[in-house]
Amino acid sequence: MFTILGFPAPLLFGQLLLGVINGAFYALLSLGLAVIFGMLNIVNFAHGALFMLGAFVAWGLLEYLGIGYWWALVLAPLVVGAFGIVLEKLLISRLYKLDHLYGLLLTFGLALIIEGLARNNFGSSGMPYPIPASLQGAMNLGFMFLPVYRGWVVVAALVMCLATWVVIEKTPLGATLRAATENAKLVQAFGVNVPLMITLTYAGGVALAAFAGVLAAPIYSVNPNMGANFIIVVFAVVVIGGMGSILGSVVTGFGLGVIEGLTKVFYPQASATVIFLVMIIVLLARPAGLFGRAA
Amino acid sequence: MLGFSRAQSAAFLVMLALIVAAPFTLYPVFLMKLLCFALFACAFNLLIGYVGLLSFGHAAYFGMGSYIAAWTAKTWHLTPELAIIAGGLTGAALGTVFGWLAIRRQGIYFAMITLALAQMNYFFCLQAPFTGGEDGIQQVPRGALFGILPLDNDMTMYAVVAVIFLAGFLLIHRVVHSPFGQVLKAIRENEPRAISLGYRTDNYKLLAFILSAGLAGIAGGAKALVFGIATLTDVHFAMSGEVVLMTLVGGMGTVFGPVVGALITNSMEYYLAQFGSWVTITQGAIFVACVLLFRRGVIGEIAAKLRISL
Repeated sequence: MFTILGFPAPLLFGQLLLGVINGAFYALLSLGLAVIFGMLNIVNFAHGALFMLGAFVAWGLLEYLGIGYWWALVLAPLVVGAFGIVLEKLLISRLYKLDHLYGLLLTFGLALIIEGLARNNFGSSGMPYPIPASLQGAMNLGFMFLPVYRGWVVVAALVMCLATWVVIEKTPLGATLRAATENAKLVQAFGVNVPLMITLTYAGGVALAAFAGVLAAPIYSVNPNMGANFIIVVFAVVVIGGMGSILGSVVTGFGLGVIEGLTKVFYPQASATVIFLVMIIVLLARPAGLFGRAA
Repeated sequence: MLGFSRAQSAAFLVMLALIVAAPFTLYPVFLMKLLCFALFACAFNLLIGYVGLLSFGHAAYFGMGSYIAAWTAKTWHLTPELAIIAGGLTGAALGTVFGWLAIRRQGIYFAMITLALAQMNYFFCLQAPFTGGEDGIQQVPRGALFGILPLDNDMTMYAVVAVIFLAGFLLIHRVVHSPFGQVLKAIRENEPRAISLGYRTDNYKLLAFILSAGLAGIAGGAKALVFGIATLTDVHFAMSGEVVLMTLVGGMGTVFGPVVGALITNSMEYYLAQFGSWVTITQGAIFVACVLLFRRGVIGEIAAKLRISL
């Protein structure tokens, strides 16, 4: 066993891996927040609750219908996306003419309702979700053992982030979307159904959160608080990266996950606060965020 | 009277009468909790209602005030008034640092930064030895006011809390109606214009933030002495959400709204406490209903109906 800077290498790489996995979730969640903010101009406080809902849908599919992980990975985002459409049409769409703060307050209320209902029906202790048979076991990479499932989470998250980037930056649909983000009225004048686009953007953003929730289900236990624990850190990630750029969200998400993982090795006491400390440093040095444009 | 309009004077007298009469019919400890939260909500309203700043992390100042008041009263045996002042100063000091960081960004980012900073403070309190971690600081003595008047009797303590609340309430009212308060409202309405008129708006915002955080700290300190305990609940972000709810329900930017909001949410929690998560669900439903149906809040709607300002 060799050591790096006095720390056993397996410990270092193990925490690094955990950091990358957390980073994958930060990236997926902050990406969804950024896409929704760009189009709807609201900060979706319910994002964490919908992430949790994704995990619960996956758990419910397995428990009640016997539908396994791979189908859940497709179905849970669809179910949560459909729920997002209902939320947007019924509630959020009424706020577009108001101050941004009301969107934050409304979605905060929605998060309280969703999390409260989950706690009421399932308790707060959490339920285990099994790793699918095809992703069990571990690979020996020579310097460390990599649990296959954790490797898969990182790959799946990266692919999803890349796919989102391609859709928004490289397709005609994405071009219209970006145009509508810049100037919705003008795009509407060209005959594009902007309200529909807004609804689908919200659905897409929360579907990303649900996808992350399904990925997270076998790693963390499926419990009502899993989203609340993530969302505040994700807000800090968003403040650090700025919500202007998609690649910015992804890079910041993974980067901060790694920093958090390394802190667990070198100074474990600060691991819960290190992302907030980074946020403070960024606010001092670059108030607009690493990838943000000055407002 | 005291710079109140006629309608406000009448409302103030009603409130005063209720504060005096209430402990003879209702449980004084519940009323003290109510007054502490009412002061907390008034302090929060100073920011959201008059400067337009949504701080989503006010639990940090309230909770730290509560911890420091409890700790100084228990460890240093400070008299209650000094312990509460220590709590207020702690809130103000923390507010100086966090406010200075947060005013670098506007609008929605301001809310997210204050929330993140408060969460950092929560983790600090979870780990710092003096807070007692999950146990909190327990069995805090109420002590004797000025070293003379013992506060163990609930009625005596109630009188002290009522005076603290009224002093804070009137101070906020005075600040809002001062020239300083006029500039705050100008910033709320149109910050670029206030800047172009030559006001250093950042200084005004920071000062309002410090004042609000200090009063939140005093409210937290008083609550710690009333219950003899300071715990993580007071610094948790659910508490930040609760104070937003109180102010929103009562009416942002109204003088009496936060007080009524504290009354409504605390009574609701009192009656729903036995039903577990239904408190959270109801809070969420009230948030949604307020934002969609009556954004002016209870007092704001009444005032608009009667065409007066309350």
